[in-house]
Amino acid sequence: MTETIRARAMGRPLERLDGRDKVVGQAPYAYEQQVTDPLYLHPVQAVIARGRINAIDTADAESLPGVVTVLTHLNAPRLTGDGDGDDRELWVLQSDEVHFRGQFIGVVVAETSEIARHAADLVRVEYERWPHDVELSADRDDLYAPDKVNAGHDTDTDVGDVAAALADAPVVVDHTYRTPMEYNNPMEPHATVAVWDAGGLTMYDSTQGVHVVRQRLAPLFGLDPGHVRVVAPHVGGGFGSKGAPHAHNVLAGLAAQVTGGRPVKLAVTRQQMFSVVGHRTPTIQRIGLGAETDGRLTALVHEVVEHTSRIVEYAEQTAVVSRMMYAAPNRRTRHRLAALDVPVPFWMRAPGEAPGAFALEVAMDELAVACGLDPVELRIRNEPDVDPESGRPFSGRRMSECLREGARRFGWESRDPTPAARLRDGWLEGTGVAASVYPRIMQTGNRAWVRYGPDGRYEVGIGAVDIGTGTWTALTQIAADALEVPVEEVRLRIGDTDLPEAAVAGGSGGLSAWGSAVVGAARAFREKFGRHPSAGDEATGTAPESPAAEDFSMYSFGAQFAHVRVHADTGEIRVPRMLGVFTVGRVVNPRTARSQFVGAMTMGLSMALHEEAVLDPRFGHVVNHDLATYHIATHADVQDVDAIWLDEEDPRSNPMGIRGIGEIGIVGAAAAVANAVHHATGVRVRDLPITPDKLFH
Amino acid sequence: MRPLEYRRAEDPRRAVTAVAGRPGAMFLGAGTNLVDHLKLGVARPDLLVDVSHLPYDKIEPRPGGGLRIGAAVRNSDLAAHPLVRQHYPVLAQALLSGASPQLRNLATTAGNLLQRTRCPYFQDVTTPCNKREPGTGCSALEGYNREHAVLGASEHCVAVHPSDMAVALTVLDAEVRVLGSGGERTIPITELYRLPGDRPDRDTVLKHGDLITAVDLPGLPMAAHSAYRKVRERASYAFALVSVAAAVQVRDGAITDARVAFGGLAHKPWRAYRAEEALRGVRVSAAPGDTLAEATTAAPIAAGGAASTGENAGGTSTVEDLRAAADAELADARPLAHNAFKIPMARNTFVAVLRGLLREEGATR
Repeated sequence: MTETIRARAMGRPLERLDGRDKVVGQAPYAYEQQVTDPLYLHPVQAVIARGRINAIDTADAESLPGVVTVLTHLNAPRLTGDGDGDDRELWVLQSDEVHFRGQFIGVVVAETSEIARHAADLVRVEYERWPHDVELSADRDDLYAPDKVNAGHDTDTDVGDVAAALADAPVVVDHTYRTPMEYNNPMEPHATVAVWDAGGLTMYDSTQGVHVVRQRLAPLFGLDPGHVRVVAPHVGGGFGSKGAPHAHNVLAGLAAQVTGGRPVKLAVTRQQMFSVVGHRTPTIQRIGLGAETDGRLTALVHEVVEHTSRIVEYAEQTAVVSRMMYAAPNRRTRHRLAALDVPVPFWMRAPGEAPGAFALEVAMDELAVACGLDPVELRIRNEPDVDPESGRPFSGRRMSECLREGARRFGWESRDPTPAARLRDGWLEGTGVAASVYPRIMQTGNRAWVRYGPDGRYEVGIGAVDIGTGTWTALTQIAADALEVPVEEVRLRIGDTDLPEAAVAGGSGGLSAWGSAVVGAARAFREKFGRHPSAGDEATGTAPESPAAEDFSMYSFGAQFAHVRVHADTGEIRVPRMLGVFTVGRVVNPRTARSQFVGAMTMGLSMALHEEAVLDPRFGHVVNHDLATYHIATHADVQDVDAIWLDEEDPRSNPMGIRGIGEIGIVGAAAAVANAVHHATGVRVRDLPITPDKLFH
Repeated sequence: MRPLEYRRAEDPRRAVTAVAGRPGAMFLGAGTNLVDHLKLGVARPDLLVDVSHLPYDKIEPRPGGGLRIGAAVRNSDLAAHPLVRQHYPVLAQALLSGASPQLRNLATTAGNLLQRTRCPYFQDVTTPCNKREPGTGCSALEGYNREHAVLGASEHCVAVHPSDMAVALTVLDAEVRVLGSGGERTIPITELYRLPGDRPDRDTVLKHGDLITAVDLPGLPMAAHSAYRKVRERASYAFALVSVAAAVQVRDGAITDARVAFGGLAHKPWRAYRAEEALRGVRVSAAPGDTLAEATTAAPIAAGGAASTGENAGGTSTVEDLRAAADAELADARPLAHNAFKIPMARNTFVAVLRGLLREEGATR
């Protein structure tokens, strides 16, 4: 256990320090960075899903006044390396092969964005079409087991004898659940501004991690990392899709090499985002639960089929949630992949846990019905004493408290479990519950510095980013407490690779990683200079060791409750109320934390009822590739969504006592809604999204 | 997006001449749909004649009853107009169920009428579409067609018309005033739109250069008892899966006149003449305020129009008549692979809207 810092600023609902700048438009996002005499880029995208470019005619485009050049695989600068492994997503304009529809096969460099867009339209491409395959199914004969799944988890696990336990179980629930291909749609689409000059490459990027962009791109461009600078002071959301550079970053880097030093600006359009910045794989999940008549689990099977792209393997860790959630003595989990001619899948808020918990938590609801048990009670009965997967104790597992507290606040005790029994004003009403979980993830390799300025303020620097989560504010609060000064005496600097190495804002672990490094730097500073430093004093530090991490299993938990109304004539589904109760360690800033919880629950509501990218197998593209047709919840769909958290700190996690909060709010939210829909209508929908047509019989 | 010439129209006749004389010319209203199409490459005009500033921004009572709605009247202004709210609630409700407040503040009456289908294949120039590029084929027919037509479609096009307002105008027997090269004329809204047939590229009967100048609403006392119901997955900012516009008149315990139109089912707002005929003479139960209050169907959502809950004999009989009227209209419906749900959804919505109007009617007597 590391020594925790004393909370003075932490725990206070400080307003966002960057709030005013954002409201008045003075917070520069990537595309708004002021650069001199820029050129504008517009990509050319493949309109076949697999094949080869036989010919690409750029003459008409290049003859358009204002077009500087058009880059294709024929004339683009060469990248360095062998283009293998994960680099295959970034191996842009290096060959004539097309691996998925929408792939970048060229880019126009022009004096205005309008000219660039027009010229991109004039590029003529002749293809050699090869047969493509984008259809996922569970009975494909080419499904394979990846070596590992995302975040380094094992692909399969087997504990005990599942087959025997299922055969012997007096109660068995065994069904298939499906989640569709889904897309991150942050408010700020991906954008990058690249400048290539004698000093190397500077990139103003909309990213979740400046250092990861540098780390991935520098070798591709044959540059020393010291000659790549990435800047991202403000980012309008990412949800995972900006957790690594994508093809557009490389496109900008290539283009910037041929403009004689003029900056290039590339704003990915909303439509293009459906091809090039990652997506959540569709999943087909079998959940088999065996239980005693009192609801105690004897067996838990979670077998997942999902897709990956043929060029880069991304294996979502969908079943890992079932390894540690409940005390089932016999457990089996599987991940199987189909490699398809689809764009590269990538992180989307709570990768693994979000789709996995949908299936598991709907299955638990089905088990509660089968056993005639209250679903809150069923979950409490299956609470494990230690982590079933690792055998280690939990650093804190207060899920039963979350369930009970939520039930109390939600008025759960008066609930009649009978489905389809409440018709009011033409609407069928129902309520549902589901559990939430998300691992505490501690990313290593973070550093920070503390400098004492002539103005009597402490400057604290680390290459962290604020993707809208509140880093500017929360990390300032941590720095203030680490230095034992008021927040007014701290001036934070983030969002720049000129600052010390920092982890990506991902895995709900950004603030844990960065905060720990800031604490390390503050301690180093105080050790060296004491309480009364002089101007210019500076110290660098890293995160203190956290040996407890080896001895404890660390997760955040929660319980989600949903009230739904389903129109008895039309099947329309509305959600008048959602409540989440979470246990996440310390909450650094209740204001920004609440925003994260409520935002993630809203995303879960959206996942439950709206989000579905439809792949057309004939063309290989996402048909509904804009926000008019790819539905996400609107304001009118989001009514009373509230989140609370249990008062606690987790000193075993890090010196702040925090475990991370960014993702847990989406985990279980869709299941709570789905379970409420069943309670309202008696119809069990096992494939998302739950749309009215699925309720018609 | 291609470069194009932009002109602000000085007066209506010159605007018509400018567009009529140039095949690549188009009128520009608020541009809430057209500008998207410019960016997507769906529309490729070489001249835009901006008619949004022409003096068509008034809503005026007509002598002898009715209203004249200028072509440039904004959707939000039209929805909020006291005479519209009082005499044509179906129209106000339809307008407010469309788009978003920002779009309604901008969108014009004529532009709303002439907006184009949101079929995703129509809006994606990399996929075949007979409406966008005649002869290339219909991608939706064998593709993703969940939101497509079940009535009046052809093998060439299964798109639906997206407007809510037009569905309301269809039950109101509105007339569209058009200025063309040959002068002024009026077209009943029920004749404005075409079914796709083998020319899905033509949404309407308008000729190139025809400019809509106004929409006339007749004086229609029964329209005071009218309603619009839009069914969609999200609570806002989505096109109708199914919508129903209806007006009804009851005398001596029976329906004497009814007007109904469906949205979301066809290439045009679908006036339900057969249903209207079936509705005439339907006896309204003695105590409709009580018996019609419950939802149409028992839980779960019953596609077949299963037994209703909590109704007495009279109410049930009325509901059965309403269902029969809906079925009369929907008998010819032909679902595609992904949209069979629209038929029971349309039937249920039809019944629900009519019941609501009958209940209101009962309460006001």
